[in-house]
Amino acid sequence: MIEVKGLNKSFGDHHVLKNIDAQFHKGQVNIIIGQSGSGKTVLTKCMVGLHDADSGTIEYDGRDFASMTFKEKKLVRQDIGMLFQAGALFDSMTVEDNIMFPLSMFTDQTQKERKERAQFCLDRVNLTNAGKLYPSELSGGMKKRVAIARAISVRPKYLFCDEPNSGLDPKTGLVIDELIKDITEEFDITTIVITHDMNSVIEIGENIQFIYKGEKWWEGSKEEILRTNNQEVVDFVYASKFMKKVRADLAK
Amino acid sequence: MFSYERRMANFSRNYMSIFFHIGQYILWMGRVFKRPEKRSIYRQRIFEEIQNVGYASIGLVALVSIFMGAVLTIQLAYNISSPLIPIYTVGLGVRDSLILEFSPTIISIILAGKVGSSIAGEIGTMRVTDQIDALDIMGVNSTGYLVGPKMIAAIICNPFIVIMSISLGIFGGYMAGVLTGEVSGTDYIYGIQYWFQPFYITYALIKTVVFAAIITTVPAYFGYHASGGALEVGKASTVSVVYSIVIILTFNLILTQMLLQ
Ligand SMILES: Nc1ncnc2c1ncn2[C@@H]1O[C@H](COP(=O)(O)OP(=O)(O)OP(=O)(O)O)[C@@H](O)[C@H]1O
Ligand SMILES: [Mg+2]
Repeated sequence: MIEVKGLNKSFGDHHVLKNIDAQFHKGQVNIIIGQSGSGKTVLTKCMVGLHDADSGTIEYDGRDFASMTFKEKKLVRQDIGMLFQAGALFDSMTVEDNIMFPLSMFTDQTQKERKERAQFCLDRVNLTNAGKLYPSELSGGMKKRVAIARAISVRPKYLFCDEPNSGLDPKTGLVIDELIKDITEEFDITTIVITHDMNSVIEIGENIQFIYKGEKWWEGSKEEILRTNNQEVVDFVYASKFMKKVRADLAK
Repeated sequence: MFSYERRMANFSRNYMSIFFHIGQYILWMGRVFKRPEKRSIYRQRIFEEIQNVGYASIGLVALVSIFMGAVLTIQLAYNISSPLIPIYTVGLGVRDSLILEFSPTIISIILAGKVGSSIAGEIGTMRVTDQIDALDIMGVNSTGYLVGPKMIAAIICNPFIVIMSISLGIFGGYMAGVLTGEVSGTDYIYGIQYWFQPFYITYALIKTVVFAAIITTVPAYFGYHASGGALEVGKASTVSVVYSIVIILTFNLILTQMLLQ
């Protein structure tokens, strides 16, 4: 479980995160939603220490992240898998080397074991034959899937996914959503998914946190989010015509 | 157009920003020297970088050096018109100019352009596409992993490159002297052996090593702290080459003052 308390973050005069409190549970897909620019990416970057928060605490299973030494932070980070909004694959390495990279860096596995693990992760994301390709030779969706494979190769305890299915067709998006849900349950990890996609929210969301202009505005389950009367949440969830129709049907 | 206050404010901001950069650079360099996570990977990275930083520069350096030696010979021969100065002085002059200044400094400045811009571009791109964040998240010391091997590779390679440059420069001078008929081969060879100071080579190599560290770490610093997109990476690359050259020239002055007393 990851617990965020009273988190504030500003860039110069721009107060991006305002006193955020949130809990992310183990073995569940925790979802962060909110409009573009509301601070979702900044929130996750603060949580993993890529940005320093101005105030507030972040606890990983009860251990306060900010007060850890450099070495302890490094150990926690080895338990974190992160999927960046743009993939962030290493251009200079093949897909296989990308996936094996964290293993060769932090484990004493032999080359053969690492290769097997990489192949297992590639199979898991349905990219069995992509190992020898370079990131520049992949499509957007394939890059995302390779990034997921790299994130899970080290068997993380915490998995962060920043918009895992943006820019993908609905079907591939669904495959990735399900993959994330399966991995979360299978390995009992604390997964945090940022998304604007209501389909994913309905599909895999268990604990949903709604961020509005840098504030934690609402939280609840996917059943609750469809029925809430909170105006900002309603505006967000039922923005599209399709969802408006869903709401009309629900009301009946 | 600018008020005095405005100009002063700009001045003090730029002035502060230089100190800011120096401080930040020193703290950042501290991380380059942290113990690597895994030695075998680090070693492998050094070999890769020797390829990128050293081996790939040999052709350009060879070309520049031969022409530099040739031009130096012709110029010196042209300027020695007095019968009192023996013609073998040309060989000596070419040798010492190459060892003292042309090979270590000019070649380092050329490499600052070639190697430096590519390092700033590579690391800057990694920064703006979150690849450096990805390294940090994995728990890798990104500064050490990216910059350390480049710096070590340059420190290993550049002394050889500079020795090669000196040799090829002297060879280029010989060819020019003989082909133009300005200096005979015997005179030239006598000249390059005349009153040879081995310490000059030490001085040249010390400069080379310091410059090698500058032309790798300064562009890496600018790339690492780039933010935004392709435009900013391009800017970081240009700025880093300018800074590297200015810093090389400054250190050239300091080291010369210190070593050649
Ligand atoms: N490094 C930074 N420096 C300054 N401001 C930043 C930085 N990163 C983000 N911001 C600002 O913080 C705000 C929130 O950005 P963030 O990237 O978290 O949005 P987001 O919710 O992830 O949006 P999207 O859904 O479009 O990815 C934006 O207004 C942005 O301008
Ligand atoms: Mg974002």
